[in-house]
Amino acid sequence: MSQFLEQLASLRAGGPAWLQAVHDAGAAILRDAAWPTRKTESWKYTSLRPLEHINFLAERGHAINADLSQHFAIANFDAYRLVFVNGVFSANLSDLQGLPAGVELIRFADANASQQELLVKYLNSVVEADCHLFAAVNQQLIEDGVFLHVGKNIELNKPVQIVWLSSAQEKPFHIPQRFLLLAENHSSVILVEQFVSTADSQNSFTHGVTELCLQDGARCEHYRIHLEEQSAVHVGGVYASLAANSYLDSFHLGLGGPLKRVDVVINHNGPGADCQLNGVYLPQGNQQIDYHTTIEHRVPNCTTQEVFRGIVADNAKAVFNGRIHIHPQAQKTRAELSNKNLLLSDKAEVNTKPELEIYADDVQCAHGATVARMDENALHYFLMRGISRKEAEVMLSFGFINELIGQLKQEALTDYLRPVLTHWFGRETSLVDELAAAE
Amino acid sequence: MLSIRDLQVTVDDKQILKGLNLQIKAGEVHAIMGPNGSGKSTTGYALAGKPGYEVIGGEVEFLGKNLLELDAEERAREGLFLAFQYPVEIPGVSNMEFLKASVDAQREHHGLEPLDAVSFMKKARDICKVVGLDQSFLKRGVNEGFSGGEKKRNEIMQMMLLEPKLAILDETDSGLDIDALQIVANGVNALRSPERSFIVVTHYQRLLDYIVPDYVHVLAGGRIIKSGDKSLALELEEKGYGWIENEVA
Ligand SMILES: Nc1ncnc2c1ncn2[C@@H]1O[C@H](COP(=O)(O)OP(=O)(O)OP(=O)(O)O)[C@@H](O)[C@H]1O
Ligand SMILES: [Mg+2]
Repeated sequence: MSQFLEQLASLRAGGPAWLQAVHDAGAAILRDAAWPTRKTESWKYTSLRPLEHINFLAERGHAINADLSQHFAIANFDAYRLVFVNGVFSANLSDLQGLPAGVELIRFADANASQQELLVKYLNSVVEADCHLFAAVNQQLIEDGVFLHVGKNIELNKPVQIVWLSSAQEKPFHIPQRFLLLAENHSSVILVEQFVSTADSQNSFTHGVTELCLQDGARCEHYRIHLEEQSAVHVGGVYASLAANSYLDSFHLGLGGPLKRVDVVINHNGPGADCQLNGVYLPQGNQQIDYHTTIEHRVPNCTTQEVFRGIVADNAKAVFNGRIHIHPQAQKTRAELSNKNLLLSDKAEVNTKPELEIYADDVQCAHGATVARMDENALHYFLMRGISRKEAEVMLSFGFINELIGQLKQEALTDYLRPVLTHWFGRETSLVDELAAAE
Repeated sequence: MLSIRDLQVTVDDKQILKGLNLQIKAGEVHAIMGPNGSGKSTTGYALAGKPGYEVIGGEVEFLGKNLLELDAEERAREGLFLAFQYPVEIPGVSNMEFLKASVDAQREHHGLEPLDAVSFMKKARDICKVVGLDQSFLKRGVNEGFSGGEKKRNEIMQMMLLEPKLAILDETDSGLDIDALQIVANGVNALRSPERSFIVVTHYQRLLDYIVPDYVHVLAGGRIIKSGDKSLALELEEKGYGWIENEVA
């Protein structure tokens, strides 16, 4: 048994009493679990070494007292906001004023009796913790989390922004992140999950589970943005259940890290459900990043559009595994998956694997994956217009993902991400922003 | 302005230019005509410094500098501009971003501050009007989905923004409708000045009615085999290239 799992077995999490049963169920799964190795299919290309070599589990995060809003502020984005600093809720940085009737946005710690009932019913109703080791880890360790409950027919008037901010602590520590959305019939919500850090060298390990339950006709725009600094470790997942005619638009963005893994599992459980899943990953240096997406088409007449693009620089490594599973009953499914990768150096590496498993006959399904280097001809065009090679590479890389960033439905998020990426690409100021401002 | 002596260029180990000579003084317009595959575009690329175009012999002096020692980007910043026969599509990079980056690179080279965004946009919009491109083209990806003619106009727009000292127009007239031809010619003529020179590569005498050249050269087999004034273009239009090739042989 691995040291990690061994240590885990001895840990007892606190939190409200009703969570105890959740912890116990998680612990029960882990008792029989095996630590992934390179032979474990779903971990074939991503190394768990940081978790094997650093003892993150011994400590939890502590709150810090400082104005940290600069690390997560999104201009022109008025949202209900919950901020967790090193996993500890910060009332100062949060803002839940004006929440309309019929909407509950609470921490697990504050759940009343009826909310507890819903939590017990819906937590782990989407994620299969026995198939996702780190979901079970999270389940055993959570002490708090966020629950958003949007009642029938309610269109939430502002987005919900949930910030998980980490800073460096004296010793390595872990942050359990948890979120549950229950969107009742024909409700609608915009949701931002933002993972950021202070600029110092990080020593946190975040394990997270987000569950999105969309009931009949519910609509959700979901953004999961991983902008943690280089050394932060993250293993997390988003698990969604889509009931009849519901719609999920889920966008992911991830900078790399020593270990960063995000699983996205979307279950089409009701006919007529529709899902748009887009993502961008950008590891550089010695970083890695791993997106494993799975779409389960269990019922007829559902659609999936999935587009992931990655730019891999330096010695970095990216893994993209896109699985679409069309069950025998899922006739009239339409599913498309595209993954394109741009390698910026000879040492950059990407492992991309679309996996289609189709057991129904009347379906339309397409997938494609490409790995390319910088287009020399395009590069030459820049050079011959006086633009330096470095600048040209930045502009071309940016262009490669610009489409996905540019088409976000929340313009404020596009505006927020552009300078962040400009910075990532090593440019001082963004021409795009400057020009946009001049219009 | 430009002095080319015995220029020899290979592409993928195949020799394309086999001793090209050409002298261009400031303010002159030179037309280069010649059969397909004779090396016209190669000349443009070699002068602009496109990687892969290897100079194996000869000398090129541009404004008193040894052009062949400069990288492609330095040549552009020094004022050499090549309008491509086949402009490259660059999805995701907006036209205005591309234009501004090239203008700023040139300015920086000459010790100037980047152009402020407002002045740049004004200038770009004005030029859009001149070349007959809607403003929306500034926002689109560079040449992305542009029609053939729109791509050529976009090249002229770049030229007008960059105000080069030497502009090489490689078949900028191909694929243009009559109005566009006029627009391109107006663009060029607006820039004509005693300090600025042009090399106009074309297959058609028609363009030369609008942009009247001082000299016309025939390039064949990687060399200039005949030079003359604008009447040579008329003669070529009438008789083709065969007679010169025979004359030279
Ligand atoms: N990469 C290459 N490898 C081999 N041959 C090449 C390569 N690039 C160009 N050539 C050849 O060089 C010759 C000159 O090409 P170039 O494009 O300069 O001709 P051109 O005079 O511009 O012709 P056109 O009038 O058709 O535009 C042609 O025979 C072409 O096939
Ligand atoms: Mg040519």
